[in-house]
Amino acid sequence: MAKRIDVSGLTAFYGSHRAIDDISMSVEPRSVTAFIGPSGCGKSTFLRTLNRMHEVTPGGRVDGKVMLDSEDLYGPQVDPVSVRRTIGMVFQRPNPFPTMSIYDNVAAGLRLNGQKKKRELDETVERSLKGANLWNEVKDRLNKPGSGLSGGQQQRLCIARAIAVEPQVLLMDEPCSALDPISTLAIEDLIADLKSKFTIVIVTHNMQQAARVSDRTAFFNLAAVGEPGKLIEIDDTERIFSNPSVQATEDYISGRFG
Amino acid sequence: MSNTVLEKPQVTDPPPSSPALARRRLPRWSPIAVALVSAGLGIGIGNAAGWQSRIQWGLIGALLFVAITYGVTALVEDRRQARDKVATSVIWVCFAVAVVPLVSLAWTTISRGAKLLDGYFLSHSMGGMTNLEEGGGVYHALLGTLEQVGIATLIAAPVGLLTAVYLVEYGRGRLARAVTFFVDVMTGIPSIVAGLFVLAFWNLGLGFGPSGFAGAMALAILMMPVVVRSTEEMLKLVPNELREASLALGVPKWLTILKVVIPTSIGGITTGVMLAVARITGETAPVMLLVFGNTLINPNPFSGAQESLPLYVWNQYKLGNAASIDRAWAGALTLIAFVMLLNLLARGIARWKAPKAGGR
Amino acid sequence: MDTTSTSEKAPPPTGPPADGSGAGAGGPAPAPIKGNAVRPGDRIFRGLSRGSGITLLVIMAAIAGFLAYRASIAVSQNSVNFLTAFEWNPQGDPPAFGIGILAFGTVVSSVIAMVIAVPVAVGIALFISHYAPRKIASPLGYVIDLLAAVPSIIYGLWGALFLVPYLDGLTRWLDQFFGWTTVFEMSNPGSPARSIFTVGILLAIMILPIITNVSREVFLQAPKMYEEAALALGATRWETIRTSVLPFGRSGIISASMLGLGRALGETMAVATVLSPGFLFTWHILDPGSGTFAQNIAAKFNEADDFGRDALIASGLVLFVITLLVNGAARWIIARRKEYSGANA
Repeated sequence: MAKRIDVSGLTAFYGSHRAIDDISMSVEPRSVTAFIGPSGCGKSTFLRTLNRMHEVTPGGRVDGKVMLDSEDLYGPQVDPVSVRRTIGMVFQRPNPFPTMSIYDNVAAGLRLNGQKKKRELDETVERSLKGANLWNEVKDRLNKPGSGLSGGQQQRLCIARAIAVEPQVLLMDEPCSALDPISTLAIEDLIADLKSKFTIVIVTHNMQQAARVSDRTAFFNLAAVGEPGKLIEIDDTERIFSNPSVQATEDYISGRFG
Repeated sequence: MSNTVLEKPQVTDPPPSSPALARRRLPRWSPIAVALVSAGLGIGIGNAAGWQSRIQWGLIGALLFVAITYGVTALVEDRRQARDKVATSVIWVCFAVAVVPLVSLAWTTISRGAKLLDGYFLSHSMGGMTNLEEGGGVYHALLGTLEQVGIATLIAAPVGLLTAVYLVEYGRGRLARAVTFFVDVMTGIPSIVAGLFVLAFWNLGLGFGPSGFAGAMALAILMMPVVVRSTEEMLKLVPNELREASLALGVPKWLTILKVVIPTSIGGITTGVMLAVARITGETAPVMLLVFGNTLINPNPFSGAQESLPLYVWNQYKLGNAASIDRAWAGALTLIAFVMLLNLLARGIARWKAPKAGGR
Repeated sequence: MDTTSTSEKAPPPTGPPADGSGAGAGGPAPAPIKGNAVRPGDRIFRGLSRGSGITLLVIMAAIAGFLAYRASIAVSQNSVNFLTAFEWNPQGDPPAFGIGILAFGTVVSSVIAMVIAVPVAVGIALFISHYAPRKIASPLGYVIDLLAAVPSIIYGLWGALFLVPYLDGLTRWLDQFFGWTTVFEMSNPGSPARSIFTVGILLAIMILPIITNVSREVFLQAPKMYEEAALALGATRWETIRTSVLPFGRSGIISASMLGLGRALGETMAVATVLSPGFLFTWHILDPGSGTFAQNIAAKFNEADDFGRDALIASGLVLFVITLLVNGAARWIIARRKEYSGANA
């Protein structure tokens, strides 16, 4: 279960400010696509338009089309709640619900969708925690609060929570930026495992990380501060890092600016 | 940008059975339609049953609104959405239910108070008037309120401010904890209890008669904890780096507090004090026990009964004739205008003087 | 915010204190270290601020002490049980007064007020923080802020002259359909609604802005990241609020409610204007009669002699103790909830 995303002519606003301008690209199923670029270039904003989280921000507004296989996420009859259920998201700072136990955190999405049977919840929680490489570390303390875990464990808990509802796509917004190198490595390994089942899009500041985990890489840039961010190019990761077709990409990757 | 990742269908998952993204949704105008229908039904039912009270009509309409919203959403969409819509409609109803009395309160006070409120009313007392007579004014009460509130502020503001400084800058250990706790306790003291205390201590204990000063003491007791709390909050907002920077320059601690900490937060502190003043201005109960009320102008707060604005409203209301009720409303409007002015001014200062972290 | 003082508190014992202000900050005793190390300015300022704190404690002690003293004078000559009697006649011979009816009226009116005000206030707070269009939300919060500052005498005036006639129909209707519950039975339908029920409604309206304000602030402080987490899982707006706003707000709602309850318990003028009091006990909350502590003090004060005033002070002491208990309970609940609220997350 994984779907492809085709974006065409997407522009996102904050109030009257244009944050990203006219972006078109495709995200292939069962692969990892990384977004890189300097701060403020709109890569996180773009990511949030892919599951209609952008409009949650006050003043957030989107023009354009995002097709998930054959359905337009911004179509007139589309319910943003169903969109977010289908396209999961992991945030920059680990955010397990602090009032819930580890178990309840993973089960939260299922419970919201009306799943009440204890057996099935148990199974899914275990499967998701295993999928997030966290099961062995927490299986003895499922009823403890999630906030007692380390940062890396919390982030994996959030990933478990996101995959428990079996989304088609998993969006990750700089999932490792608040973590130490060892936890980062654990998450990167996990991403490699997860891509056999999910379409994954990851925003990262860390170019080595993009090179390590992704199959394709998209480079975003902005002309100046206050200008909208633009997609410069998207290609196989190997090509982007060895032989990009745009000069700006090469400059950024080789550290000449940004 | 042409390359696609080789995608062989090696992992043959069953065709994804994802929920459809699109589903049947109610049109966007549906809440308004439901509101109109239930309002109509509410009026209809109320009329048919012969209930005179508009309150009932409104309540029936509100209940119908919630019920219809649930029914329609459950029918067209699903149960989860229905629950969400019901929550939304209940919250809108809450808002409507609360707005009606509060708007009515403001409107009644303004419309009925404006009848009498003019220069004459503000500049004359009730001296030499019989109870049923029209006319008269609020000058003596305004004067009394200003004096009592002024004295209360002179007592409470320094004590409250210094206490807050103690708690934030010096306090730790048992004493500080005790002070914090009792400031909380003091916040909860009913105003009439503060009045009774001054009565027990000043009038019954020391044998003084009613006076503006006695009232001011009770008001000061009510004001202190409010000043402490708000000042404390503001002082805590001052970043520690500022204190350290000043101390590192060799400035003594007390000067650091006076010259760096307090000036940084002075906007917020002023706001807090003014809000506290606004709060005690409207207090009636302690003033009633201690200042007693007077129809004449008594400019001396230290001897003899005085009047105050809230007390004036109460006394005129109690007289209960048409002329006095009009005066009560006009007094109420004067009082509310005074309090609102203080509030607006205080908030204005907060916004204007706000340091990066203050305000809001 | 404590670092300044903590770092000063523990200077290396050998090194000279930088400015001496930290000396003695550790112990509860003033510990005025003699010598040049302490600047006079520091000493005076510290003494002043400390003295203010102590003044506050002294005032609190004096309130409790004086009230208890005057109350004991009155109660010692009382001929009936002060806590349970249903009459108020301190001028009688022998004096007979009790707070039974006052306690009943105070509790009933406050309970009615809380039952109405808390849910509605939480609703409005959510409306402002999460539902209202942004253009309306912040002016609305502002207006509610101002309403919380409206003096209670004005609520009382409005209640007596405006609300009472409007409640007529509602009380009649309650009597008609729910009269069988005894509680909503009216002995004399058609009499003005100057009952403890009306008082409860007026108190509810009065404390609504206070509870709304505090709850709204708490809701706005609920960290956005948890709301986003819930939304990203496909939660509807209401589910998002239930999973990631209300759990944060719970202790805030409780303390807001307690704040409102404290106001309702001690409210004088709004009750005194609306209620037509009486000392006959009845379960019929729609009938005129009954009374509250504060209202009774206001009503009986002018006609009371010194002994009568002591009796009123005794009833005030009970009110004082009740509000202390309510406040204490609120603080206890908040302290207990803190560990679950995730405030440190």
